[in-house]
Amino acid sequence: MPSAITPMLSAIQFTPALWMFLAFVALTLVITYFSARKATGSASYFAAGRSIKGWQNGLAVAGDYMSAASFLGISGMIAFKGYDGFMYSVGFLVAYLTVLLLVAEPLRNAGKYTMADLLAYRMSPRPVRAMASLSTLVVSIIYMIAQMVGSGVIIKELIHVEFAPAVVGVGVLMLVYVVFGGMLATTWVQIIKALLLMGGAFALSWLVLGQHDYSMTKFFHAVAHADYAGTAEPKNLLDPGLKFGAAVNPWGPLDFISLALGLVLGTAGLPHILVRFYTVPDAKTARVSVAWAIGVIGVFYILTTFFGFGAATVLEKSAILTPDGKENTNMVAPILAQALGGELFFAFISAVAFATILAVVAGLTMSASTSFAHDFYSNVMHHGKESKPGQEVRVARITAFFVGAVSIAIAIFMGPTANAAFLVGLAFAVAASANLPVILFSVFWKRFNTAGAVAGLGTGLASAIILILLSPNGIFGKAGAIFPLENPGIVSIPLGFLGAWLGTILSKPDPESEAKFAELNFRAQTGLGAEKAGSGH
Amino acid sequence: MANPTQPDWEALARLPAFHELLAAKRRFIVPATIFFLIYYMTLPVLIGYFPEMMKQPLVGKVNGAYLFAFSQFLMTFGMAWLYMRTARKWDAMEHALLASIESKPNANA
Repeated sequence: MPSAITPMLSAIQFTPALWMFLAFVALTLVITYFSARKATGSASYFAAGRSIKGWQNGLAVAGDYMSAASFLGISGMIAFKGYDGFMYSVGFLVAYLTVLLLVAEPLRNAGKYTMADLLAYRMSPRPVRAMASLSTLVVSIIYMIAQMVGSGVIIKELIHVEFAPAVVGVGVLMLVYVVFGGMLATTWVQIIKALLLMGGAFALSWLVLGQHDYSMTKFFHAVAHADYAGTAEPKNLLDPGLKFGAAVNPWGPLDFISLALGLVLGTAGLPHILVRFYTVPDAKTARVSVAWAIGVIGVFYILTTFFGFGAATVLEKSAILTPDGKENTNMVAPILAQALGGELFFAFISAVAFATILAVVAGLTMSASTSFAHDFYSNVMHHGKESKPGQEVRVARITAFFVGAVSIAIAIFMGPTANAAFLVGLAFAVAASANLPVILFSVFWKRFNTAGAVAGLGTGLASAIILILLSPNGIFGKAGAIFPLENPGIVSIPLGFLGAWLGTILSKPDPESEAKFAELNFRAQTGLGAEKAGSGH
Repeated sequence: MANPTQPDWEALARLPAFHELLAAKRRFIVPATIFFLIYYMTLPVLIGYFPEMMKQPLVGKVNGAYLFAFSQFLMTFGMAWLYMRTARKWDAMEHALLASIESKPNANA
């Protein structure tokens, strides 16, 4: 047990939930200890020695991806908003076709540790890496703050630890995994979490179906007449429109389209997902791991039907409201578990939620620190040469510490009321608008050059951030919003592509970049000369 | 790679076998990507602008909106399966291409 949480122990109650948290922590720390003994050298630390098997990486991708926002957020959203919440489940899965068909294999074939490896391949490396590293850090840190704020709130409700110590506890644990265990420990934390989450999702769904005599007909009948124990008009939760309908908000339908676009294109630009494909031996294994991820993630999001819609049929509305009458979206799944499976099952689902947070946060810290050490420190500042062996890994460990400290500080500063969905939306929008256009153009467009890459990254990053700041979730609030949509994707994604395209055609053709296109293309499509398993650094 | 010197990438990229591999990938990936993006984006468009139509119950209480959403999962599984199956043919082409390069050291010089 790390000493950082010891002082808190006297103040908290030893509930079953806490014991299960501690069991998970103990198990992952053992894994970290063994990973730490293996994690020597860059390829080993950053890419787990490229030795992860396809099914393992598939589970790890799923564990890296299905955040607390998915598990707790979506079940709450479906319970309160019905069908419209389920749309997140659909988008989060279909997005993996973009990863599978367009990104995973060329990325694995042509890169080493980060997304920027692919982008910098045939460009002038320093400006491209600097921009790509900036975009990676922005996406990772924003996403991480969202997870940390969420974790503080949830842990407070689950085991009654105050917000700030809860955030610090999560932060310290994630740093232990990342700093000592590197990618190997992070991978195993994600695999265990994925298995726990699937187990929890199946059990919860089964218990919900049991409430309806294991009959799909009865289940859907109940969902179509969810009345929250008479506190409101019976509603058909299968009907779309409770959140995005034109009746609720005239911009709703367009916002919905914008959200869908951001989800389906954003995933393939999320740095913490992309780096996972470097942990497998070759592109074929990367492909197999995406297929596994699609299977696991798909089944999980189908199950949200049962524990999301199910919550609305089983629980009374008063059970899922906060004491002051607000919708307590994050607690729907744990409360459902308590109602159906008692204290011990509540403890299990709470531990799953905790594991979920830790695994995602560790993955994000890993991708942010890898990008800073490999892209910015080694390649931008030191022109790709390590001054001393092991320097890159050392810088990454120090960066992980700073990234962790900064995220903890910002999360505590923003406090428990910060809007986590807003931050996650921003991360997806930046990933789709800044990262995806330049990844695709690098692989598929010969004329693409340095100016185009920098312009694309810059335009996508700036437009997504500015539009979110001007949105109803932004600095002027709902009333003063200049941009009417909560999701910027429908504008910022085309702008990202436009920026990359204009930057290219308005600048002089770059013969070197075009000459190296043959090399990148051949490598990306055939895997000739790709980084091998155990190839050191 | 056994050969420490850089291969002549331009020459490799001109090999007919490489062009066949690229064309084979393009024949699947381009239409498949267009299909899944359109199939997926049709969902928010129909729900946003034709909600009454999507609210019609089709199977028991289950309406068109839910069935179309559920079909997206099946579409994703099906497309992934199709991709995995097709990619096996590319692996064979790639294997033959890389083997032919190994056996002709002059192309590697």
